[in-house]
Amino acid sequence: MRELNVEKITQAVKEMCIEANHFLSPDMNEAIKDSKKREESEIGKKILSQLEENLKIAKEDMIPICQDTGMAVVFVKIGQDVHLVGGNVTDAVNEGVKEGYTEGFLRKSVVNDPIIRENTKDNTPAVIHYEMVEGENVEITVAPKGFGSENMSKIYMLKPAEGIEGVKAAVLSAVKDAGPNACPPMVLGVGIGGTFEKCALLAKKALLRPIGKHSEIAYVKDLEEELLEKINNLGIGPGGLGGKVTALSVSVETYPTHIAGMPVAVNICCHVNRHVTRTL
Amino acid sequence: MEKHLTLPLSKEDAESLKAGDYVYLSGEMYTARDAAHKRMDEALNDNKSLPINIEGTTIYYMGPSPAREGRPIGSAGPTTAGRMDKYTPRLLDMGLRCMIGKGKRTEAVKEAIVRNKAVYFAAVGGAGALLSKAIVSSDVVAYEDLGTEAIRKLIVKDFPVIVVIDSLGNNLYDTVMKEV
Repeated sequence: MRELNVEKITQAVKEMCIEANHFLSPDMNEAIKDSKKREESEIGKKILSQLEENLKIAKEDMIPICQDTGMAVVFVKIGQDVHLVGGNVTDAVNEGVKEGYTEGFLRKSVVNDPIIRENTKDNTPAVIHYEMVEGENVEITVAPKGFGSENMSKIYMLKPAEGIEGVKAAVLSAVKDAGPNACPPMVLGVGIGGTFEKCALLAKKALLRPIGKHSEIAYVKDLEEELLEKINNLGIGPGGLGGKVTALSVSVETYPTHIAGMPVAVNICCHVNRHVTRTL
Repeated sequence: MEKHLTLPLSKEDAESLKAGDYVYLSGEMYTARDAAHKRMDEALNDNKSLPINIEGTTIYYMGPSPAREGRPIGSAGPTTAGRMDKYTPRLLDMGLRCMIGKGKRTEAVKEAIVRNKAVYFAAVGGAGALLSKAIVSSDVVAYEDLGTEAIRKLIVKDFPVIVVIDSLGNNLYDTVMKEV
């Protein structure tokens, strides 16, 4: 059985926190650049150009893309044939977040308790999702999540009778409510099905999908395309100041659900849709 | 319309601005976000004075990332203004003239803006690296224990903003949605 020291996990998480906050993935860069061609409003074009310039400054001068360097969401896929040694894996991930946020000049945005609200001063703890998979590797994704957009995310427990039209109405309603608050152009992750918490996780995972890559399920792909078009006809535009480019992409993930229910979760992300994946 | 204006903004300048104007601001402003607003509100409830002179000043809703060596500040874009709405009308009635943030405000804030002939600007959300380049200096002046949420005095040069709510209560966010 392969052994992996959790120190390697700490090191990787540290580097990924810093990388994600300064370098947006090539597909996100491309999506912002591309969107300028579709934007018709003058102010919208101006804002999209500023976002492009912002990304350039961030990587060249090592200034975080956004000052909200997020709460660290970490997905860990552990191969069932790997033996983790050298300590507790959760502690190792949190140590990586601590080192990354401290040494990488990232903002510490986490408070110790939702009511008492004292800053933990090292951005820990992370929100960690574990998954057991086949094989002997560990795959880690670090996705720092800003709260301007997280605050505008929603979950709806729809009735089965509401059908796919109910899903569309729910997503559009969430986007309209979010408007300028979620720093458009947005990226949308939608979960349909499962239970209350599974649905929210589907939506979060949908945000990790590369821009422009659609679901392999035919009706879901159609839904993604229709929602993107409808959202971009709302008129919210870049910065919420009017225009065609309100969203860069809509990704929908589905899961079996109960005969009585149809949960729909809408996880909204801003244009700074950060995520980095590494396999150890 | 593009304008270059100096902070603190004069009454005349504030009243001359119209929703949709693109403005480059130069001069001094203060940062304050959730925790600093809560603390200022508590100070006022206890009949204590505020740590900054609010009359005619500008508050930027922003909590920066830490500065690297040799730089005045880290990433420095706006946070969502709506979270400060509970505290804002009181500050406007005390003379606060400009707010810089992003996102929607309540009706109560809009009314207080009109009542006091103030102005609400938006800066581009998520452009913190770009906006940091317009900040010349940054000094913590109060509530240092709040870390990124401390009140900082900033000196800015050609800091780009857009008028969202003007002194007459015109709201750019509403206007763009009505045009669709």
